[in-house]
Amino acid sequence: MTRKILILALGALLAVFAGLGFYNIRHLREPVVLGPGVAEVKTLSEYFPALKGSVNDCNIYVLGNAKPGGTILILGGSHPEEPSARLAAWVMAENGMVDQGRVFIAPSANRSGTKVTRPGGAYPASYTIPTPWGGQTFRMGDRWASPLDQWPDPEVFIHYPSRQNLAYMDVRNFNRAWPGRPDGTLTEKTCYAFIEMIKKEKIDIVIDLHEAELQYPVISTIVAHQKGADLAALASMVISGEEFNIGVENSPKALRGLSHREIGDATDAVSLLLETPEPFLDATRGRTDAQLLLTGQDEFVVRAGKRGLLFEKIDKKGWPIDVRVGRQTSTILTLLDLWSQDHPERAILLKDVPKYAEVIAKGTGAFLKDPKAADPARIRYE
Amino acid sequence: MIITILYYLLVAATAGLIIWNIFKTKKWQEEALYVIVLIPFLLRLLRLK
Repeated sequence: MTRKILILALGALLAVFAGLGFYNIRHLREPVVLGPGVAEVKTLSEYFPALKGSVNDCNIYVLGNAKPGGTILILGGSHPEEPSARLAAWVMAENGMVDQGRVFIAPSANRSGTKVTRPGGAYPASYTIPTPWGGQTFRMGDRWASPLDQWPDPEVFIHYPSRQNLAYMDVRNFNRAWPGRPDGTLTEKTCYAFIEMIKKEKIDIVIDLHEAELQYPVISTIVAHQKGADLAALASMVISGEEFNIGVENSPKALRGLSHREIGDATDAVSLLLETPEPFLDATRGRTDAQLLLTGQDEFVVRAGKRGLLFEKIDKKGWPIDVRVGRQTSTILTLLDLWSQDHPERAILLKDVPKYAEVIAKGTGAFLKDPKAADPARIRYE
Repeated sequence: MIITILYYLLVAATAGLIIWNIFKTKKWQEEALYVIVLIPFLLRLLRLK
């Protein structure tokens, strides 16, 4: 009996050790210092009260209100394991100023997905962006919502309302559950809440920020609903001529559940999705750690490129996080510029957000604010 | 929600069976194995993982 108790005690010790790691990352507080442009912080449950108190009742930072114009919604963290999406949203919320129209920013659109990671994929639990004041740590996150918040998964995920059969784990995939439904899973309710918000706030453009592995053909591109095809094509030409190469893809009509398809179909908004390259996600990657996540440098992915297996170029310089964040901010700014030229009465004039070259020159961390130096009333936590 | 509760009950029942086996077996190797198997069940029951 003494031996049994000893072994049980050792097991309990292991469980406490493992449990503490999971608990700490799920409860890591990520500060957002409200920039001077933030007029209001809303929560998603304001548009769908059933989400009140749930993990996915995320913060929505509203910039502008001075001069009437158009409205844009920027979704970061649809897939939290794609960090340039959240970081670009963070940079915009902490720095952006709006002269006309309104900008809604959700850095953690699928907050449940930020609170879990993929130990089986050797993912790190968190990563730190160096800043002039030390560094800011973010949760690594995963592609899917946490099973602690939505469980169990079905054998097959049947998308609502199309009834298209999708992979079972995509029942927790925020970007396969659009347009959602009020009595569905947590992920479906979250999508439904955003659809309600888009309708209520009369949002003109929705931009869903993502990253992709280099072995995935939809990369370095703007995926556009047909309502936004012209805008995306023009933006692609302007950006490719002035800053970096970016393509355009039409949103497939037969592939259901994705934001670029369903938001455009279900609302009046133009729906776009941006993809930047993230070698961390490639199946042929080597050591999977925070360094790979932030530098995007991996000799095995480079080797795959030499064998013609990739849809985007890569060399030993990799795809650093600053390049990826800069691509996101520059693409958004160019899209807004072109939209505003074409729709002066619905213009959205966003400024003080760094563009591609500036993010690369100064680093993403230069645009993250020190919470210790900020007024506590101007801090929110993700 | 009902299915989720049923799954948690299944996890609790399985964890109980594993603990029962720990006390039933006479081999220390099996005791150690059962304890390792038990950990993910406990972490899910405690809503940690």
